[in-house]
Amino acid sequence: MPEGLLIKGGRVLDPASNLDEICDVFIKEGKVRKIARNINLSYSELIDASDKIVIPGLIDMHVHLREPGREDEETIESGSRAAARGGFTTVCCMPNTDPPIDDPSLVKFIYEQAKNKGAVEILPIATISRRREGKELSPMGRLKKAGAVAFSDDGSWVTNSALMRRALEYVKMLNLPIISHCEDESLSAEGVMNEGYFSTVNGLAGIPREAEEVAIFRDLALAKMTDSSLHLAHVSTANSVRLIRKAKNMGIKVTAEVTPHHLAISDEGVTDFNTNTKVNPPFRGKEDIELLKESLRDNTIDVIATDHAPHTVEEKEKDYEEAPFGIIGLETALSLVLKEVVEKKILSLMQAIAKLTVNPARILGIDRGEIREGVKANITIFDPGKSWLVREEEFLSQSSNSPFLGWKLPGKVEWTIIGGKVVYRSEK
Amino acid sequence: MNFNRKDLLGIESLSREEILFILETAKSFREVIDRPIKKVPTLRGKTVVNLFFESSTRTRMSFELAEKRLSADILNFSVSTSSSTKGETLLDTARNILAMKVDCFVLRHSTPGTPHLLAKELPVSIINAGDGAHEHPTQALLDLYTIREKKGKIEGLKIVIVGDISHSRVARSNIWGMCKLGAKVRVCGPPTLIPPLIEKMGVEVFYSLEDALTGADIVMMLRIQKERQNEGFLPSNSEYIDFFSLNEEKLNLAQPDVLVMHPGPVNRGVELPARIADGEKSIILDQVTNGVAVRMAVLYILLAKK
Amino acid sequence: MVRLMNEEDMRRALLRLSHQVLEKGVEVADLIIIGIQRRGVPLAKRMSKIIEELKGKKPGTGILDITLYRDDLTQIAYQPVVRSTHIPFSIDNKRVVLIDDVLYTGRTVRAAIDVLIDFGRPQKIELAVLIDRGHRELPIRADYVGKNVPTSSEEMVEVKVKEIDGRDEVLLLKKSEVDI
Repeated sequence: MPEGLLIKGGRVLDPASNLDEICDVFIKEGKVRKIARNINLSYSELIDASDKIVIPGLIDMHVHLREPGREDEETIESGSRAAARGGFTTVCCMPNTDPPIDDPSLVKFIYEQAKNKGAVEILPIATISRRREGKELSPMGRLKKAGAVAFSDDGSWVTNSALMRRALEYVKMLNLPIISHCEDESLSAEGVMNEGYFSTVNGLAGIPREAEEVAIFRDLALAKMTDSSLHLAHVSTANSVRLIRKAKNMGIKVTAEVTPHHLAISDEGVTDFNTNTKVNPPFRGKEDIELLKESLRDNTIDVIATDHAPHTVEEKEKDYEEAPFGIIGLETALSLVLKEVVEKKILSLMQAIAKLTVNPARILGIDRGEIREGVKANITIFDPGKSWLVREEEFLSQSSNSPFLGWKLPGKVEWTIIGGKVVYRSEK
Repeated sequence: MNFNRKDLLGIESLSREEILFILETAKSFREVIDRPIKKVPTLRGKTVVNLFFESSTRTRMSFELAEKRLSADILNFSVSTSSSTKGETLLDTARNILAMKVDCFVLRHSTPGTPHLLAKELPVSIINAGDGAHEHPTQALLDLYTIREKKGKIEGLKIVIVGDISHSRVARSNIWGMCKLGAKVRVCGPPTLIPPLIEKMGVEVFYSLEDALTGADIVMMLRIQKERQNEGFLPSNSEYIDFFSLNEEKLNLAQPDVLVMHPGPVNRGVELPARIADGEKSIILDQVTNGVAVRMAVLYILLAKK
Repeated sequence: MVRLMNEEDMRRALLRLSHQVLEKGVEVADLIIIGIQRRGVPLAKRMSKIIEELKGKKPGTGILDITLYRDDLTQIAYQPVVRSTHIPFSIDNKRVVLIDDVLYTGRTVRAAIDVLIDFGRPQKIELAVLIDRGHRELPIRADYVGKNVPTSSEEMVEVKVKEIDGRDEVLLLKKSEVDI
C-alpha cells in the first residue's frame, strides 16, 4: 500500500456534502483522510489535478457484463476495464446471463471473477424469478446473503402481476430494491424502433410508447399496494415521466433511471438503418427527450445509468430486424451527460454528478458515491476542457456497438481511482 | 443533369429532377422494347446479380429481361429467408459474390435497410428491388411512368392508393414520387392498416373507399395478404372485401376517365373483380410492359458510365 | 475561328448531296433517309424534303440515336443523354442513307450501322455527311460528302443548324475556343 496519494489542486465536487472547491484530497490506506486546501502531508504518489475536476467514482447501476455465457460479447474483465475508462468505480451487473444469476452460487461466481479479474467494484443484481421465467420467485433471501444488491428480470418485464406483487412484498424484509424493465411485449411485439412517423417512413414495425407506459402504471400500482421500493430501469417516454412524478407526489417509493443515450438521440436519428441505433427501449421523439431532461431537474428521475449492452460485430452486422437490441455506454456516459445535460444548462455539474454518484449509492444502500473523510477512496478525475473523438479502436469494451462512433464529445476521464489505487490512467 | 448516385435505394432521397430524368430515359428504352430485335449492346460485359431473398417471380423476371435486353450477363441468386440461419449473413453472401467481380446487385429482401447495408459496405451499384415494407423504387418509377404516359402529367392528379398501406413498400415509394411530382395523394384502408402519422408524408387518409374515390383520376389497388387476418389486423378477408374491394358502382364515383392500377399479382375477386382488372380502365398490363423499360433505364443510368 | 460554310453554302451542299443520292437511280419508294442524333436529324429532314420536291414523293425518314451502342461508354465521365430513335417502318431490302453533320473517327457511324442491323436487313447502307474532317479510326468512308476539311486533332468542327442552334453555319475552332 502506498504511503499516501495526494490529489492536488483540483476542483473537488461532492454532491453529498455540496462541496465545490479547489482543494487537495489526501488518501491513505485506501480511504480519504483529508480534504482541505494546501495539504502539507508526505505522500508517495502525487496527482496534479489543476484545471481538472475531482468527483466521487461514478456508479452505474445498470450494466450487462455478459459473463457467464456470452464471453464473446464482453467479460467481467473487459467490461470492468471499460467501466474504469468511463470513470466508473462501481457497477451493478444485470443477471440476464446464461445461466441467469438466480442462485447464490452464481452470485458468488460474479464476486470471484470480479475479485480476480475485475478492474472496478462489481455488485451483482440477481433475478426476481427463477430462470427469469417470470413464474416463481427466485431465492431472494439467500441471494441477498450471497451478496446480491438488487433484483431484476431486466430484459423482460414480469408479466404475471401476482408474481410481481409477491416479489415487491417479499423484498421488504430484505431492504433491497426491485428493478423493473417495463415493457408490455404484446404491444412491443415485433417492433424494432419507436412507433411514429419515422417508423412509418422506414417501413419498420414500431414499439409504441404505451408498451412502456402500460407496464410502468401497473408496477407503480403494485408498489403503492405493497408499500415497497421499486426502481424503474431505462425510462424513455414523456408519459412515463408524468406517471412517475404523480406517483412520487403520492408518496409511492419509486425511483427511476434514464440512460445517457436516450438523452442524446431521437427516433429521427435512426437513419440509414444503422443497427447501432437499435436499442430497447428505442430512441423516442424530441418531445420525450425534452421531458426526460426536465425530469432530471425536479428529481423525478434520480439516476443516470448506462444499460451498457455489448454485442459482437457479427451480430450487429445483421439486418435491422435480426440484429439484437443494445448499445454499449460505459465509456461515453460521462461525456454525454456533460454534453446533453450540463452544457445545455439542464443541470449544474454538481446536480449531474449526483445522478451518477450519491443518488444510485443511496438507492443501493452502499457507502459509496461520496468524497468524505473516512470513506473508501473511489475517485474519478476528468478534464472538462478536453474533448475527444469516439473511435472504435479505442474502446476497452470487447464490443464496439455504439451509435456515437465518430462523435466529438466533451470531457475526458484521466484517472479512475479505487481504494486509493489508480485503476485507469488515460494516455496523454 | 448528372445522376451522380452509386445506388438506387429509394424514392425518398431522389429529387424531382432525378425522377424526371429516369422517366425521360425510360422513354428511349420503351422504344427498344417495341423493336423486332429487343436488344442493345449497352451493358455488354457487365455482370448483374439478382439477389432475391424474398420470392418474387414478376419483379425478378422484369429485371432479368431488362438486364438481358441491355446485353448484360446475369447471375440469379434466390435464397429462402432462412439462409441466414445457415450461418452466412447477407453481407457475407454479397461479399463472396462480389469477389467474382460483378458490377451490380439487385436486391430484394424482407427487411428494410438491407440494400442500404450493402450500399454502404460494397463499392458496386445496389438497386433496391424491395426491402420489406420500406421502399420499392423501380415499382414507383414504372407507376409514375405509366401515369404520365396515359395522362400526360402527374401534377394535380388525384391519386388514391387503397389497401394495406402499413405493410406496403409500393405505397411508400409511390407516395414519395407522386408528392414530389405534384400529385394529390389519398390513402385508403382500414385504420389498423394505416401506419401512424402517414399524413406527415403529404397524403390524405380515408377510411371510406367511396369518399376516397370521389373525383379520383387514378386508383391504385394494393394486394391484401391473407396473413393480416391471422395477425389481428382484420376480422376476416371477406369483411375487407365488403369495404375495400373495387367494383363498377364505386368506380363510378371517380372521374369518368379514371384509370385502375395494381402492382400485381392481382388477387382476382379480392381487391378487384376480374371484369375491372381486364377492363378498359385497367392499365395493369401497361405497368408490366413499362416496368422492363424503366428497369432498363435505371440499370443504364447506374452502370453505363465510368 | 474560321467559318467554313454559311447558310447559303449549306443549302447548296445539301441540294448537291440530295442530287447525288438520287443519281444512283433508285426508286424513292425503296429509299430511306435516317438522321443520326443529334444534328443529323434536321439534315435528314431537309434532305427528305428536297427529294420530295425533286421527285414528287417523300422517302421514308427516320431518326436514330447511337448512345446505347457506343463503344466508348466506359470512357465518358458524364452521363450521356439517350435521345429518341424512331424508325417506324421496315428497313428490310431498302436502300438506307445515313446522314450526319460531321464524319470524324467513324465510331458514331459504326454504332449507327449496328443499330440499323438490329432493326432489319437493309439491302444497302450508304453514308452522307456535310463535313468530312479526316482522322478515321475505323475503315469507314462516306459515299456523299458536302465538303472535305482537313483538320488537326487540336481543332473542332461545329455544325450549327437553325432547328437546334438558331442559325446555319459550319465553324472550325481550336479546342480552346469550344463552348461545351
